[in-house]
Amino acid sequence: MLGLNGKDFLAWLFVLFLVAAAPILLNPFPEGSAFAQFNAGYPDLMQRFVIFGIFAIGFNILFGLTGYLSFGHAAFLGAGSYAGVWMLKLLTINVIPAIIMSTLVAGLFSLAIGYISLRRSGIYFSILTLAFAQMSFALAASVLTPITGGETGLQTQLGDPRILDAAATGGNIPAPSLFGLEMGHSWKVSVGDWLWTFNAGYYLCAFIMLIAFYIAIRIFRSPFGMMLKAVKSNNQRLGYTGINPRPYTLAAFVISGMYAGLAGGLMVSMDPLAGAERMQWTASGEVVLMTILGGIGTLIGPVLGAGLIKYSENIFSKINDNLLHTWFSFMPDGVENFMVTIVHPFVGKGWHLTLGLMFMLVVIFLPGGLVGGLSGLYKRLFRRGSHAQ
Amino acid sequence: MELSAILLQVLNGLDKGSAYALIALGLTLIFGTLGVVNFAHGALFMIGAFCAVSLQKILTISFTTIDESKTDFLGNPAQIHTPYVEKWFGEAVGATMIDWAVPLAILLAIPVMLLVGFAMERGLIKHFYKRPHADQILVTFGLAIVLQEIIKAYFGANQIPAPAPDALIGSFDFGVLLGFDPGTIIYPYWRIVYFLFAMVVVGAVFAFLKFTTFGMVVRAGMADRETVGLLGINIDKRFTIMFGIAAAVAGLAGVMYTPINSPNYHMGMDFLVISFVVVVVGGMGSLAGAVLAGFILGILESFASMREVIQLIPGINQVVIYLAAIVILLARPRGLLGRKGVMES
Repeated sequence: MLGLNGKDFLAWLFVLFLVAAAPILLNPFPEGSAFAQFNAGYPDLMQRFVIFGIFAIGFNILFGLTGYLSFGHAAFLGAGSYAGVWMLKLLTINVIPAIIMSTLVAGLFSLAIGYISLRRSGIYFSILTLAFAQMSFALAASVLTPITGGETGLQTQLGDPRILDAAATGGNIPAPSLFGLEMGHSWKVSVGDWLWTFNAGYYLCAFIMLIAFYIAIRIFRSPFGMMLKAVKSNNQRLGYTGINPRPYTLAAFVISGMYAGLAGGLMVSMDPLAGAERMQWTASGEVVLMTILGGIGTLIGPVLGAGLIKYSENIFSKINDNLLHTWFSFMPDGVENFMVTIVHPFVGKGWHLTLGLMFMLVVIFLPGGLVGGLSGLYKRLFRRGSHAQ
Repeated sequence: MELSAILLQVLNGLDKGSAYALIALGLTLIFGTLGVVNFAHGALFMIGAFCAVSLQKILTISFTTIDESKTDFLGNPAQIHTPYVEKWFGEAVGATMIDWAVPLAILLAIPVMLLVGFAMERGLIKHFYKRPHADQILVTFGLAIVLQEIIKAYFGANQIPAPAPDALIGSFDFGVLLGFDPGTIIYPYWRIVYFLFAMVVVGAVFAFLKFTTFGMVVRAGMADRETVGLLGINIDKRFTIMFGIAAAVAGLAGVMYTPINSPNYHMGMDFLVISFVVVVVGGMGSLAGAVLAGFILGILESFASMREVIQLIPGINQVVIYLAAIVILLARPRGLLGRKGVMES
């Protein structure tokens, strides 16, 4: 189907089902119940799931296939964000030109950086990309303030020209929209105690993410993808067959840069604000973590990794002491206070601690990431017989 | 530009360069011996700094006496806080100990950092020798986050001042010594101390590797681990000790850095990225390269922060290290003093 083999098509259908039903799936607890804070079915978070999913899928095309570990991909996301906001400011508040432009700008930017960085491999490549990204971050935060808005960030304003739109009518800054449909618009459906929010912006992101995922599958299965895998497994031998691997790796680098730019463009289409901190090395590190957590070189891994990190980031940081007290209130007072004291450092402002522990545990016990761990489990449970041969 | 201004910038670059060099030296030691990319190395630098803070806090633990002869502004009897060390060792000795808390912390930091290093290597890093570099990066990065969050939970998120001893506060006028006008090249005493200290530590590590049998075995192991193992030498044990030493070097760099910049929980991460750049610019696996690159980049950074340079090229002070790294890596593929075949697959 659609040029995919059966298994890949199933994977794609699975992701299609996940993102289409996300507003329902992610809200398993009734509104107002004690567990309602574990619900993740609100637009802002769901948008971040799919946007970072796109970012991680693209990163995986470079890192998962060629093995080149870039530590500077946040720079492309940032460049895409700035390009997107400028389109929203200058051309039109419609998000389509912004998304296209941010992908193109990030593509050009990654072509320039990739052309230079790919002269080296291994950790030298990682440090070169890191250096370029840190330079972009430092310049965006200081000298390039007229273009990037400096530390306050770049955002849409009332007085922006927006030459394709009719002159501004109302007193409000127009919100990004798709041919008049505002990205922030939501349809709320309540069934019994449950409240489901279907957000226009989320479904736009989800639609684009499905296309991006489809393209990624096609790349993985194409002769081009095979060539990239050859680069990873033995670059030297590939050179001996008379093939120059550079154009292939550069193409992979630019494609993953464009994915990052697309993610940046979608980010500003949902919330028209771009800041320099998006380019910082910690942001680049985050996408590396997502990919590794989910499973390097697997199709669906990066999407799962992105979802898991963004979910835990949101949920753990929201829990505070009062909430803990209500959870443990069924216990005797002394035990309750004791439990709250124990859990306290891991939640709220201390959620980084949980994140750090999570990375360590996953890497120690699940070397192949979530996908590797799950498929290992599956094999152990169901294919014990065939394994023994 | 005057000669004195150039000299001043060189001196200014030395203290930051010393810190870069010490951290990069430890990173390279770990990489060269164990083949592990340690993203928790910045955290070790930070733990060292907090050894100094802890010692200062321990020394100033006080008991309270009430002095009836004096009153405070509310008319209540004045409370006098006397640190225990002043009671135990006499007032003068106690006060001196508190004053010299930061240098004294070296004595505390060496055993603490060695222990932390051994525990890290035996408990975690050991299991990652055969894993890909990406896994090593991720697990040590996770460890770094955990360590810095623990420090944050105990000491808070703010910077904690840990001043240098009174005798070493103030500045030294180098200009007069070299025949310039007084006041042209002034340099704080503590930075001189830091530079000399770094030199001593670097010298000690090199001497240890060069002139002891232990060091010879470690160097042999760095060159060819397998053969050394086949000769019946337990190289793993020696590498564990080297990890401890590398942790101690980072920790000592942190202890002595506290008076220059008051420590906070994310200082390790701030230094980590630049330290990796330093290691790679120096050449992976080259100890001398790491030290050399540390000083070169430190001095470059201080030149780029001059007002005249910033006016000429705006923003250069923010990017000069990365720019230098890019130029050096493109011109010299393996860094300044790197060997062939290290980390290139």
